[in-house]
Amino acid sequence: MDLMFKLFSLTVFASTLRIATPVILAALGGCMSERSGVINIGLEGMMLMGAFSAVVGSYFFGAWIGVLIGLLTGGLMGLLHAFMSVTIKANQIISATAINIMAVGLPNILIPVIWPNHFGISPTVPVIADIHLPFISSIPVIGKVIGHQNPIVYLTLILVPVISYLLFKTKLGLRIRAVGEHPQAADTLGINVYKMRYIAVTMSGMLAGLGGAFLSICYQAQFSMAMTAGRGFIGLAAMIFGRWSPKGALLACLLFGFADAFQASAQAAGVPIPPELMLSFPYVLTLIALVGLFGKTAVSPAANGKPYFKG
Amino acid sequence: MNKNSLYNIFIENDSVFAFVKAFLAVLSAFILVYFILLVTGYRPLPVYSALFQGAFGSRRGFGETLLSTTPLLFSGLGFALAYRCGLFNIGLEGQITMGGIAAAFFGFIIPEINPFIHVLICISAGALAGGMWGFIPGYLKAKFGVHEVISVIMLNHIAFKFAAYLVSMQGPMKDKIDDMPASPVISESAKIVRIVSRTRLHWGIFLGIVIAVLVWFLLFRLRLGFKIRAVGKNPYAAEAAGISIKKHIIITLSLSGALGGLAGAVEILGVHYRLFAAFSPGYGFDAIAVALLGMVNPIGIIASSFLFGILRSGSVFMQAMYGVNKDMVSVITAIIVFFMGMSIPIGILIKDRIKRKNHGLDV
Repeated sequence: MDLMFKLFSLTVFASTLRIATPVILAALGGCMSERSGVINIGLEGMMLMGAFSAVVGSYFFGAWIGVLIGLLTGGLMGLLHAFMSVTIKANQIISATAINIMAVGLPNILIPVIWPNHFGISPTVPVIADIHLPFISSIPVIGKVIGHQNPIVYLTLILVPVISYLLFKTKLGLRIRAVGEHPQAADTLGINVYKMRYIAVTMSGMLAGLGGAFLSICYQAQFSMAMTAGRGFIGLAAMIFGRWSPKGALLACLLFGFADAFQASAQAAGVPIPPELMLSFPYVLTLIALVGLFGKTAVSPAANGKPYFKG
Repeated sequence: MNKNSLYNIFIENDSVFAFVKAFLAVLSAFILVYFILLVTGYRPLPVYSALFQGAFGSRRGFGETLLSTTPLLFSGLGFALAYRCGLFNIGLEGQITMGGIAAAFFGFIIPEINPFIHVLICISAGALAGGMWGFIPGYLKAKFGVHEVISVIMLNHIAFKFAAYLVSMQGPMKDKIDDMPASPVISESAKIVRIVSRTRLHWGIFLGIVIAVLVWFLLFRLRLGFKIRAVGKNPYAAEAAGISIKKHIIITLSLSGALGGLAGAVEILGVHYRLFAAFSPGYGFDAIAVALLGMVNPIGIIASSFLFGILRSGSVFMQAMYGVNKDMVSVITAIIVFFMGMSIPIGILIKDRIKRKNHGLDV
């Protein structure tokens, strides 16, 4: 009983939110990109580059500039992916894979150039501190969970309805979705297919970059090799699970975040399962969640992954 | 012939065309990285020369080059096989890990027996374990429509954690004698014999070449390979012709995983002799570049895996000599992948244009 109490305490839910944040941002990025018809498995690499450049930015100019630089770097990577998949019409998975490979190597090369005698891990840098929400934190249960969090966590929770509104209620969103479903038809109506895809994929990279920045200068205070540990891919899985909608993806991400927070607290509480196996719990859960979609309609945007040749 | 004869060779001979594309991709990567080196404050030419000196300059260095070529060859073939079926198996790293686990297990659990039989058992176990790790995403895709890219990434992480668990302090495969997070050393009879003195080179490289020829034969001479390629080229047409998409997805990913498993098994039995948590330094991810640069053709992959073997072994010397992080190689790899991704549509475009010109269709 005591153990159960420890495992399901409110701190677990609070850390669920924190752990889910970068995954939510990646999933939002996935929604943007794939709704416009561009598959983006490069979210992982964009996130990693965002995490790295955020640390560099924070080291030299302070944490908030770091976040901005992380976001912009992610956007730059998104732009690269857009160039490859929209203009060059390369295989989108190949292009994104190249981004993922580069994102693992490039920081390792730059770390010793920026900080001599550092290898694979950056020095610790200024972080963005958690904040207290004055009224909400005094509400009994909810206050414990969301009253004391990082600003980026709040920003992410706001971004979910914002992106949802953008995609489903605005003219730009309608155009992005039209381009992802039937680019020929959209083109005949005078929508610039290439431009829409460029916008969507660049924004997707920015969201992933922000997720990376959260990871390196909010969740942790330094960059370490391959620190994203598959979160970009899990975000992608969450997006599919949430059927290409930001709100659905949010729920899937929270489920994943809970799995991770739960395994961490179970370890701390001394549950006799080897820690290495516990660490694989979120990945197993993601797999099961994807399988659980079976029988329900999980239909991706019709033109997803197909380059558009302007006729 | 007219002045177009060079063009004609270019477009009528696919392998010449492929070679030119691959060559340009590698050249562009080296040129781009030249500038990256310059910007980050290194002298590019000596760095490059150290790279090749490391790979070819000594007997030991050349042995190391062929040694890294071996797992890249196996896993490159694995990636190519799946790619031919329209599948993107970026889970080779996990499949390598599983193959290594199985090979190490049978390597130390069985005492000294006939070396041929012992190695055969271990290699088969590795292929089987890798094949199982490929079967799962295949089955999930065929049965539940789970995209293989996502499921294999999850399976990668599960495999890494599983290997880490096996050799951790309380792990069931942890060696009881020393403090290393590793399994016991495999029996003498399970070790793949070295073939050149004063190097670590073992005969795994020959097995790789044999397997490459077999994969080529499977893909281009056997009915199964034809069906695999048909599913990859146009799944709906294949289905209409009575080829089961689902069945071939499962078969292909299992075989692809088995090739990854082979890579892991050979790596454990020929190089490490025991299981470490992260014994593969990313061979499974390099496999993507290897396969694409080899134009997803088994014979091309023999050549491209050798190039990446050079990069891998040469980078160690490069780092020692000039302090350039050996991950510079992964940037070269990424750029090659970029250019191969680019050159395929551009190549089609150029070819198309030349053909139309030759036939007087273009104005």
